[in-house]
Amino acid sequence: MSPSYQDLLATAREVIPEVEPSEVAPRVEAGDGPLIIDVRETAEWDQGHLPGAVHIPRGFLESRVAGATSGTDQELLISCASGQRSLLAAKTLADMGYTNVTNLAGGFARWKQNNYPVEVPRILSPAQRSRYSRHVLIPEVGEEGQLKLLDSKALLIGAGGLGSPAAYYLAAAGVGTIGLVDDDEVDESNLQRQIIHTTERVGMNKGESAKEAIRALNPEVQVNVHPFRVNRDNVLDLLEEYDVVVDGADNFPTRYLLADASLMTRTPLVHASILRFEGHASVFNPYDGPCYRCLFPEPPPPDLAPSCGEAGVLGVLCGVMGNVQATEAIKVLLGIGDTLSGRLLIYDALGMTFTELKVRRDPDCPSCGPNADLQLRDYEAWCAGVGSHDHVGATA
Amino acid sequence: MSTVKIPPVLRQAVGGERTVEVTGETVGEVLTNLCDQHPAVGSQILTPDGELHKYVNVYVNDEDARLLQWTDTPVGEGDTLMILPAMAGGER
Repeated sequence: MSPSYQDLLATAREVIPEVEPSEVAPRVEAGDGPLIIDVRETAEWDQGHLPGAVHIPRGFLESRVAGATSGTDQELLISCASGQRSLLAAKTLADMGYTNVTNLAGGFARWKQNNYPVEVPRILSPAQRSRYSRHVLIPEVGEEGQLKLLDSKALLIGAGGLGSPAAYYLAAAGVGTIGLVDDDEVDESNLQRQIIHTTERVGMNKGESAKEAIRALNPEVQVNVHPFRVNRDNVLDLLEEYDVVVDGADNFPTRYLLADASLMTRTPLVHASILRFEGHASVFNPYDGPCYRCLFPEPPPPDLAPSCGEAGVLGVLCGVMGNVQATEAIKVLLGIGDTLSGRLLIYDALGMTFTELKVRRDPDCPSCGPNADLQLRDYEAWCAGVGSHDHVGATA
Repeated sequence: MSTVKIPPVLRQAVGGERTVEVTGETVGEVLTNLCDQHPAVGSQILTPDGELHKYVNVYVNDEDARLLQWTDTPVGEGDTLMILPAMAGGER
């Protein structure tokens, strides 16, 4: 005869130990409890759960458990509403090879009756849950990560070649506030690569044009248009407002200004630069890894550093590098993965190669070194003046 | 013989090539030989005194040559040198 529901519970009880809330609550409070997996449905989870629990609805348990656990020997406590669904879930995990699985006796209901602490999650609205469902499905992002993105603020220097794809994807990703600094207007010659703008919007401020595109894509995103050039009078106030700055500037004075200001305001800087078929990208975390000046202490003279306007750039290169920046910005905001901090990524579109160089913190760095006298300077004059005379004491 | 990767801004100076094979036992020798073969490169990356400008980074494989033995860093078959000036763009 096929086993009944009661039979299945009885079989599970034989192999899965049950733990009373009173046994585990002190450990949960002390932060050294088992990993708690709550297998209830989303609507139940949203009403509250054990502190620190992770949510895997019963139907997804087998497919998602590996992503949530560190190994089959990790101590797991499974919980549901009353302790029955979680008992069967725990039995399934035992069948999958998990060796240290227990069941919360009486489930969340008994936990709550005993007045143990409960976390009520801040949750995505049904519309948000639908829009960002592909993010929510990723264990490293999840609902919590998506909420973090919605609370985040990213500042983009330039709404041009790099800023177009970066702003577009950051907006699509639900980064809640996007600042766009650009004093320039959309020109027909921009449209070969600056995909956030349109033929219709030629002549409009680039920040305003990008704002229209973002509103059409994701009206939930707050767009702050800053229709001016970043300079040493406004840069600190600007950066203070944001969690990350994405550098898509087209000139060295602005890049060195941002590098120093990001240190002063402790704002992570996501760097990219492009020319013809080649792109560079890195991440500079203030005082936690190298800064831009550790990598490039001084700018080259103008003939060695032509702008894209002078030397040209493959339109699609902007898409690749701008999206590397968007990717890194999202990782910085979520605190996940390994960013490009300490590495310079070089993309050669002609050879279709990605090369990585190590970037180390320079102990003598004039910006982030221990003896640095960091203050904002006249970067235009400085960039025009260096390079012509400074050199290292080595002969090539 | 080492492979020297030429950045976009210097490619014209080496006849449009993206990489150049250059002889030399050390970073210094390779750069000297490169500049001898392609004087236009030398005028861009060297000072009038023949020293390397500070705005030019040189990498041996993935490591900054300055953090190795700089121009004395030994190089050989299979090593890649990359000349790396900062790039400005961006494209507002």
